[in-house]
Amino acid sequence: MAESPPKFDKNSRYTEGRGIAGAFEGETVTRRRMMEGTALAVGGIATMAFALPGLGFALGPIFEDTNPTRWEDLGPESAFNDEGYVQRVMNIDPEIGDVGKTTVYVRKFNRDIDKVIEGQDPQPYVVISTRCAHLGCPVRYIQASRKFVCPCHGGVYDEQGKVEGGPPVRPLDRFYTRVTAGRVEAGDRFSLNSDLERFSPRDPSNHLDGLWQYLYPSRPTT
Amino acid sequence: MTPPLPKALRRTPPRPGDGNGRNGGRNGAGGAPATKPTAKDQAVEGVAGVVGWLDERTGTSPFLRGFLYRKVPKGTNWYYTLGSATMFAFLSQAVTGVFLAMYYEPDATRAYESASRITNEVFLGEFVRGMHKWGSTVMIILIFLHMGRTFFFGAYKYPRELNWIIGVVLVVLTLMMGLTGYLLPFDQRSFWATVVAVNLNASGPVVGPYLADFLRVGSEFGPTTISRFYSLHMLAVPGLIAALIGAHLYLVAKLGTTAPPWLKAEKKDLLKEEV
Repeated sequence: MAESPPKFDKNSRYTEGRGIAGAFEGETVTRRRMMEGTALAVGGIATMAFALPGLGFALGPIFEDTNPTRWEDLGPESAFNDEGYVQRVMNIDPEIGDVGKTTVYVRKFNRDIDKVIEGQDPQPYVVISTRCAHLGCPVRYIQASRKFVCPCHGGVYDEQGKVEGGPPVRPLDRFYTRVTAGRVEAGDRFSLNSDLERFSPRDPSNHLDGLWQYLYPSRPTT
Repeated sequence: MTPPLPKALRRTPPRPGDGNGRNGGRNGAGGAPATKPTAKDQAVEGVAGVVGWLDERTGTSPFLRGFLYRKVPKGTNWYYTLGSATMFAFLSQAVTGVFLAMYYEPDATRAYESASRITNEVFLGEFVRGMHKWGSTVMIILIFLHMGRTFFFGAYKYPRELNWIIGVVLVVLTLMMGLTGYLLPFDQRSFWATVVAVNLNASGPVVGPYLADFLRVGSEFGPTTISRFYSLHMLAVPGLIAALIGAHLYLVAKLGTTAPPWLKAEKKDLLKEEV
């Protein structure tokens, strides 16, 4: 009578118990399995070693402040008044020539027109950015109608830069200002909601009012 | 059955009694000196030798014969060439793009000048830049026609869904090529179009602002924005496109193509089998 084959348990902890050829006592992982795992782990570590730094390198600008504060001279105080806008060209990035320049409209702070927001000190000058809050085309101030008008999709803003019509989602951005030795200087950009409350700079098309604002987080650096 | 290799690529088997020359044995019984092989014979033999050497070691010809002479369904027509046409448009973009890269400088202060130098001064520059510019439009038109063909012929259905998905990714990547390439001439139109396009990305909820910062390299258009677009345009996206075209073609060859929808399955053969 033939000997009955030894019983193997497929779920056994030991390779010997699972009936694997060449198994020895107390072995839980076969050598082949071990080599497989080691090769995959080494390959994975080697890939991560270049992929992760590379990815961080490419994504870095999201998490670091690439535009450090610069104070840009706009001219002597006598060049501006508190009633009408004076047009100036401002350098946002001096490294890239004409591309880094933008037009701004400058007016002295006027207590009769400009609202003072509680808890936010008013800026000595109102410097309005011409970057449309819809998709970033350059707006132009029309003196006759006292409105900012965007050529691309018809956004219209009033004298304060508040939205009067068209697709923009919030008022025109402004710049921080200071007066140093009689000269007006403009610094970082900031954004405003429809009550002209100050927020960290946002991209065009990012809402700052109601529930919408929670869909557009501020930058980690500002 | 794959057809045999063309005659020119087959080696002539040696004849019995052949010495050095091919025709040595033909000139009567012994004695007569073998005629020397002509230059043409040698050239043909040489080419066949090289091709045979490579083929024996790579298995190219069985693969190519299987790939190029695979069966296609009845009713296959000119619409089935739209995919290849798109691929050739991509190849043309790749080749002209490589040559344009030899003269182009991705720098905010020099990009416009280098692009206009390509058009106005470099020999054939206007032609090559024109091919790249108009070729991009041609590629977009062709890829959408190809997509429409696939859709209206129902060629996206089982088992070809994965190939449809790869194709859709290829469409998106092709549009990304258009977007990133548009900035590079760096004239007023391309600059403002890119400003608007990046802000369109920023309008996406939650991830939008981060995406825009990634594309712009920061919160404002800066000195490295154009080199980032250039790198995406000439390395990252085309690399992905080339790899995915490979996967797309592999699946086409593996799964075969579909018959046009107006052709019904032939019932005659089925009936015969049942009898």
